[in-house]
Amino acid sequence: MSNIKLECHEANHLCDKNQYKETSFLERVRLIIHLIYCKACREYTKRNVKLTKLINNPKVNTLEESQKECLKETFEKELINHH
Amino acid sequence: MPNHIIDPNKWIDSYSDYLYNYTISRVNDRDIAQDLVQDTFLAGLKSMKNFKGEASERTWLISILKRKIIDHYRKINSKKGKAEVRMTYNSDTETEGDWLEERVADPFDKTAEDTLENSELGVAIHNCISNLPEKQAEVFKMKTLLNYETEAICNELDITASNLWVIIHRARTAMVACMEKNWY
Repeated sequence: MSNIKLECHEANHLCDKNQYKETSFLERVRLIIHLIYCKACREYTKRNVKLTKLINNPKVNTLEESQKECLKETFEKELINHH
Repeated sequence: MPNHIIDPNKWIDSYSDYLYNYTISRVNDRDIAQDLVQDTFLAGLKSMKNFKGEASERTWLISILKRKIIDHYRKINSKKGKAEVRMTYNSDTETEGDWLEERVADPFDKTAEDTLENSELGVAIHNCISNLPEKQAEVFKMKTLLNYETEAICNELDITASNLWVIIHRARTAMVACMEKNWY
């Protein structure tokens, strides 16, 4: 942490964390500084952000755990009868 | 000779999100979609002996689901038929006669097309997730789609935080590549 400069793999790690809003202010600053001079990491960040946007689109539906449990319960009853 | 084996114990974990997204984009209702997915799994279980292993399990389940969706529309349409439909279209006499053509959706309508594509986005995402190795798929789903805390995932799966981030990193890289191939 002594140096403000990041290695690329550290920058990518911060970029991943940033997709889940789990970076501190200092980490974000260090990431941005790295991105200024590192083209490869800029590219990685761009694609990573794009993926986050796609996933956060409300059209992406995921069954809640409770709904899945509900499916499983009914299904397992049938499964036992089946054997 | 069968190329694919069938194992109903893993169906719900492996396919329910994929089938659910596929259904939602076709019926536009969460509860109905969930019921149809449920029906599909049960029907699949009943007709398991008809599974010849020519297609993958998922393809086979989708083909059952398609029948279920068609049946669902048949059912609601037969209900509709019982009610008398009265519509007053044009009150002015000038446009009388040309009603249907005017009301057909414009196929080149930009926004309509956008929604259509968007509704398939969930299917594309879950398709890519199912291509990930099992562990990556599990962690990625918990973290990204179900929004679990890092700590909660680590406890549940008994991994360290740095483990988790490595898995997430690999999963995201694979997801980007997969989505670029199939979506953008």
